[in-house]
Amino acid sequence: MTDATLNAPGAKPKKTSLKTITERTKRRNASERRFKAYGIGAILIGIFFLVVLAVSIVNNGAPAFTRTVLDIELTLTQDQVDEAEGELFKTKAYEQLFIASLQGQLEESGLEVTFDPAALERIVGKTGSTIREHFKANPGDIGQPVTFELAASSRVDGYFNGRVNRETLQDSRFLQLSDLDLVDALADSGIIHGSINWNFIQGADSGVDNPGGAGIGASVVGSFFMMLVVLALSLPIGIAASIYLEEFAPQNRFTDLIEVNISNLAAVPSIVFGILGLAVFIQFMHLPQSAPVVGGLVLTLMTLPTIIISTRASLKAVPPSIRDAALGVGASKMQAVFHHVLPLAMPGILTGTIIGLAQALGETAPLLLIGMVGFVARGYPDGFVAGFTEPNSAMPAQIYTWAARADVSFYEKAWGGIIILLAFLLTMNIIAIILRRRFERRW
Amino acid sequence: MYDSPRVAENKVATQDIKIAANNVQVYYGDTHAIKDVNVDIEDKTVTAFIGPSGCGKSTFLRCLNRMNDTIDICRVEGDILLEGEDIYDKSVDPVQLRAKVGMVFQKPNPFPKSIYDNIAYGPRIHGLARNKADLDEIVEKSLRRGAIWDEVKDRLHAPGTGLSGGQQQRLCIARAVATEPEVLLMDEPCSALDPIATAQVEELIDELRSNYSVVIVTHSMQQAARVSQKTAFFHLGNLVEYDETSKIFTNPEDPRTESYITGRIG
Repeated sequence: MTDATLNAPGAKPKKTSLKTITERTKRRNASERRFKAYGIGAILIGIFFLVVLAVSIVNNGAPAFTRTVLDIELTLTQDQVDEAEGELFKTKAYEQLFIASLQGQLEESGLEVTFDPAALERIVGKTGSTIREHFKANPGDIGQPVTFELAASSRVDGYFNGRVNRETLQDSRFLQLSDLDLVDALADSGIIHGSINWNFIQGADSGVDNPGGAGIGASVVGSFFMMLVVLALSLPIGIAASIYLEEFAPQNRFTDLIEVNISNLAAVPSIVFGILGLAVFIQFMHLPQSAPVVGGLVLTLMTLPTIIISTRASLKAVPPSIRDAALGVGASKMQAVFHHVLPLAMPGILTGTIIGLAQALGETAPLLLIGMVGFVARGYPDGFVAGFTEPNSAMPAQIYTWAARADVSFYEKAWGGIIILLAFLLTMNIIAIILRRRFERRW
Repeated sequence: MYDSPRVAENKVATQDIKIAANNVQVYYGDTHAIKDVNVDIEDKTVTAFIGPSGCGKSTFLRCLNRMNDTIDICRVEGDILLEGEDIYDKSVDPVQLRAKVGMVFQKPNPFPKSIYDNIAYGPRIHGLARNKADLDEIVEKSLRRGAIWDEVKDRLHAPGTGLSGGQQQRLCIARAVATEPEVLLMDEPCSALDPIATAQVEELIDELRSNYSVVIVTHSMQQAARVSQKTAFFHLGNLVEYDETSKIFTNPEDPRTESYITGRIG
C-alpha cells in the first residue's frame, strides 16, 4: 500500500487490528534484527582478534622474561687465586677451578659425567673471566663460598623453552647435540634451572650473538625522555594554537588554509616527519644524533596535528551559551575561554593528547631515519640532561632491531619488548582516565 | 485568540534617557537585519521589544551591549549612545560596556560551578569585592534581588546546573545584577519556564525596575503588557511603533501593530 492510495480522496483506509502485524512492519522488524546480528557479529570478530593477539603476544613474549641459569657454588682459597694469577692464561685457570667445582657438585648428586671444556663453554659461555672479575672486584670473598648465577646460552634457553629440541638441533659452534646430555644431567641435578630475567627489564641491548643478555631497560628510558619532550612541547603549543584558531582567529581565507593544512598534516605518513627531522634538526641545526631530544622533536611535529584537531573539536563542543554567559557578565574573551570554556573542554583535550602520545610512543619509522636506534650496550644515561642528549634507542625501534636480527632467540625478545610497550601504553591510558575523571568532577 | 491584556498601570517614573539609538543598521553579511532603528530607552523603566520571529528584536538587543561583536559577519552602523557616549566608539572596550549593560539569555545558562561561584564570578573579575566578607555580602544581596535566596541559601556550594529551570533563570538574573549594571537586557527570559516560574521572574523584573533600566524581548504579548511601561514593535527589521505600553495595546497607530497584537500576523 503506497501513500498515494492511502490518501486518495474517497478511499477509506482499511481497518486493521493492532494485533495483526502487517507485512511492512514484519519486514522492518526483520531488518532491525539483521542489523543487530551484524553488530554482534562485528563485535565478536573484534573480540576474537583481540584474544588471538593477546594470547600470541603473551605466548611468544613470556620466554623473554625468564632465562636459564647455572648455579654454582665456588670456594677459592688465596693459594688457588695466586696460582691462577701466575698462569699465562689466567681465565683458563679459573675455568679449570670452575669445572672442578662443578664436577664436585655433580658427584655429590650421584652423577658421573665427563667434561669437555668446549661443551661447557657452549652452554654457559666463558666462565673464567666472570669468576676472575668477581674475585678481583671483591677480594674479601676469597676463601668464602660464593654462589655464581651464570646465564646459560640462548640455545640452552631455547632447549628449555621448546624452541630447540633434539630432532631439529643441528651441530654448530653454538651448541651440539651431544651437549644436550650434559645439559640434561645438569638440569636433573638442579644446577641448571629457570629464573626471572631481570636483565631483560632493566638492562641494555646486547651484541648480536648474545640474545640472553639483551634488555629493553635502556630503550624504555629513551622512550620516557622522548615522551617528556613530546608532552612538554606538543601540549602547550597544541592547546595554544587550537584556542587561538577556535576562539580568537578571524574567519578568513588564511585561517581556512591553515585549518586544511592541519587536517592534512595529521594524515602525512610519519616517515615524512622523520626525514624532515633528519634534515632540519640533525643536518641543519646539528643537534646530537640518536638523542631522545631529537626523537621527541620529530614526534612532537607528528603529534601536534592530532592534538590540535581533538582540542578544537572539544572546544567546539562546549555550548556557546557558556561563552555568552561569561561575556554577558563582562568577562573578556580570554577570561571566558580560560575560566569557563577550557575547563569544560579539558577531558576531551586530555583524551586527544593521550591518543597523540600513544601514537608517538609506538612510532618507529621516523626514529629509524633520525638514528634513534642507538646501540646502548650497557648502563643508563648519566643524569637528567644526559637523558635527553645521549644516544639512546626507543622501545619500538629496539623491538624492530631485535626482530631484524638473525638469531631466532631475539625474536622472543621482540615479543617481550612488545609486552613492555603495551604495559607502558596501558599505564598512560589509565593515568589519562584518572585525570579525566578528576576534571569531570570539578565544579 | 486574543484576550485584552491587563495593561501595567505604572506611570513612567522618570524621563531620563538611558540609551539612545539613532539610525541603527545591522547587517549579517549581505542581509540587512535591522533597518534604520531609532529608539530612546528610558532609565528605571521596563521596555519591551515585541514582534514576530526573525524581526530583529533580539539582534537589536544584542547590539545594546555589543554581544554581536562575537559574530564575525555582523556589522553595525549608526549610533547607540549610553548616557550620551557612543558604545561603538573605537575607544570603548566592550568588556567595560558589558559590565554596565548586563544580559540574561533565553535559555538559562548557569556556569557549571557552584551557585556561589556563579554569582561571585562577575564581582571577582571586576574587582568589586575587597575580601571574602564583601563577596559573601554581594552574593547574598544578588541572590535576594534575584528572588532565589531563600531557596538556595542552604546549598550555596551545590552546582548551579542542579537547580530547576526557573531557579536557574533567576540565578542567571542574580548573576547579571551582581556586577551592578545600569541596564539589564533580557532576551526572552521566560520562554523556557513554566507559568509559575514566569510569574516569579516577572515579579522580579518589576522590582528590578526601581534600580535599573530593563529591556526585555518577549514573544508573549501578555507578558509585555504585564511587565513593561514602554513597548517597541519590530517587524521585518523595522521599528514599526514605539510608545507607552498602554497605548500600544489599546490604541496602536500603525495597522501592522494592531494586526500583530490581535494575532493576525506573526
